[in-house]
Amino acid sequence: MTIKKISKDQPDTFEFSAENMLETKKIIKNYPEGKQQSAVMALLYLVQKQNNNWVPLAAMKYIAKILEMPYIKVYEVATFYSMYNLSPVGNYFIQICTTTPCMISGAYKLVEACKEKISTNERELSKNKSCSWMEVECLGACVNGPMIQINNDYFEDLDKEKTIKIIDQILKGEKPKPGSYRGRTNSAPENNRKTLTENKNA
Amino acid sequence: MLKDQDRIFKNLYNDLGVDILSAQKRSDWSDTKELCSKGRDWIINEVKISELRGRGGAGFPTGLKWSFAPKVVGSRPHYLIINADESEPGTCKDRDLLRFEPHKLIEGCLIASYAVNAHKCYIYVRGEFFNEGQILQKAIDEAYDKKLIGKDASGTGWDFDIYIHYGAGAYICGEETALLESIEGNKGQPRIKPPFPALIGLYGCPTIINNVETIAVVPTILRKGSKWFASLGKPKNTGTKIFCISGNVNKPCNVEEEMGVPLKDLIEIHAGGVVGGWENLQAVIPGGSSMPLLPKKICDTITMDFDSLIKEKSGLGTAGIVVINKDQDIIKCIARIARFYKHESCGQCTPCREGAGWMWRMLERMTKGDASNEEIDMLMDVTKQIEGHTICAFGEGSAWPVQGLLRHFKKQIKKRNNFNPLIKQNKNIPYLIDQHLLEKENV
Repeated sequence: MTIKKISKDQPDTFEFSAENMLETKKIIKNYPEGKQQSAVMALLYLVQKQNNNWVPLAAMKYIAKILEMPYIKVYEVATFYSMYNLSPVGNYFIQICTTTPCMISGAYKLVEACKEKISTNERELSKNKSCSWMEVECLGACVNGPMIQINNDYFEDLDKEKTIKIIDQILKGEKPKPGSYRGRTNSAPENNRKTLTENKNA
Repeated sequence: MLKDQDRIFKNLYNDLGVDILSAQKRSDWSDTKELCSKGRDWIINEVKISELRGRGGAGFPTGLKWSFAPKVVGSRPHYLIINADESEPGTCKDRDLLRFEPHKLIEGCLIASYAVNAHKCYIYVRGEFFNEGQILQKAIDEAYDKKLIGKDASGTGWDFDIYIHYGAGAYICGEETALLESIEGNKGQPRIKPPFPALIGLYGCPTIINNVETIAVVPTILRKGSKWFASLGKPKNTGTKIFCISGNVNKPCNVEEEMGVPLKDLIEIHAGGVVGGWENLQAVIPGGSSMPLLPKKICDTITMDFDSLIKEKSGLGTAGIVVINKDQDIIKCIARIARFYKHESCGQCTPCREGAGWMWRMLERMTKGDASNEEIDMLMDVTKQIEGHTICAFGEGSAWPVQGLLRHFKKQIKKRNNFNPLIKQNKNIPYLIDQHLLEKENV
């Protein structure tokens, strides 16, 4: 379980935008009647999308009302799952996978890069308040390790220099290109293809 | 080596395109109606004959699992759930299937749902795979447009809907009952079994839960015949499997191979060999982090299938192979895995919640050489206290890698940890851990 800090600065109210309200109704329809509580995880994501990447307490109360469930159950869900940020993380949230497969291919070098470029501590905003970083557990791209995730995108096959370049781009407000940074085809062995050799990239 | 025509996932590296037209060229959706018209019993029987075993880690026979669903739909609807909450360290196969072979999965969902009488299917995708989920959603929309799923799906007369449910970064939600809790909108904490989900699952209704890879191979098995699938691999360990080879290898990759392929072939041929040569190999974790590691001596000859690995007190698990060479500190590697389990324990059962942290702290000290010799046996004892004393298999998953380390690398730990006796040396010992040892007079 993760220890999560709940932000001290909380907005008083929260409401979905008209567009997200439509989306909410669509999501609730995915589940059988009377089981609208199932939509809680999806709605928390919507909140996060609308509210600059984090979930305030007012939004949890708001969701509880929409889904007719106790506030404490929404709170439970929001604190249990590690992907809901309960305090501001900046527009760009960098997650570095440091679990064993990435660790032995050099993930802690990427952590160093983040410490130098963004902030010395995890979950701390950078000087220009635009991004923060965090060590996370396996992100499920082990053969492309070491790798980082920035918001929804995966950046694979990195090393320290490449990470620094990516962070520099982010700090300038540019959008770096996701995918492999060694130019390999997805999870295929680099220049060592022994299978599916009739395909075009082999 | 497996011949290319026997590979099921021809688009594993996305050479051929993801969209429905490219997928149809790879014979997806070609005769779904005919397959379904042969009837439920035929489908389940074919899967049984193919001896397909679940690809999510436990290796439970899929045909048998499907046959547990009630034959007739009673007052409660049936559900099919696809477990795409892939978070086992070392495993990254489902991600490639979601983004490059979504139509194989969707077609498999239709056939499986038809076989177990389900009208609704939820695909539980881990939250980090947002982009992969979007690709899958696009494929689902394409299938709806072509009337392959939806009302009267593919002309089978069966109504069928698919929904994606995103997880939010909890490893434990890959456990089937925790996954159900998560879909119901609760914390992902596993339920006690029995009752098994096949009878009482999602919303209290009969539910079949399968891994992505298991479902995605089903259409091809039915098309090419169960005999073909059963002829690959070894008896009781049939078919093909995607292996993920990561860590200290020259060319880390995902590759589809026959079950029972020698581990050395996988590493040497497909992954370009161990960094520093085969002699530089220290250990291999054969099936995702939960499986005990194997030292080099066993790696020389072991074949990758469920039964041979069980004989070596390990397991195939998800077939996520993590190669560790001699440049790495093996104790540190396992300590990092212990930290993973400490972080991901759901906190429901005491042995796991407390024990996972205990193991991690002990291993961290052993990495530094700050532990006493006795503690090595104590660590083994802790793992035994966790194993088998928890609601779900997470307890085993966290204890086994540590047991594997102690089984094969005890000498190395002993050599580094000579801090004996505790009381004579004035070391700063963390409060939580060895208080009772300090109080003993003659330790």
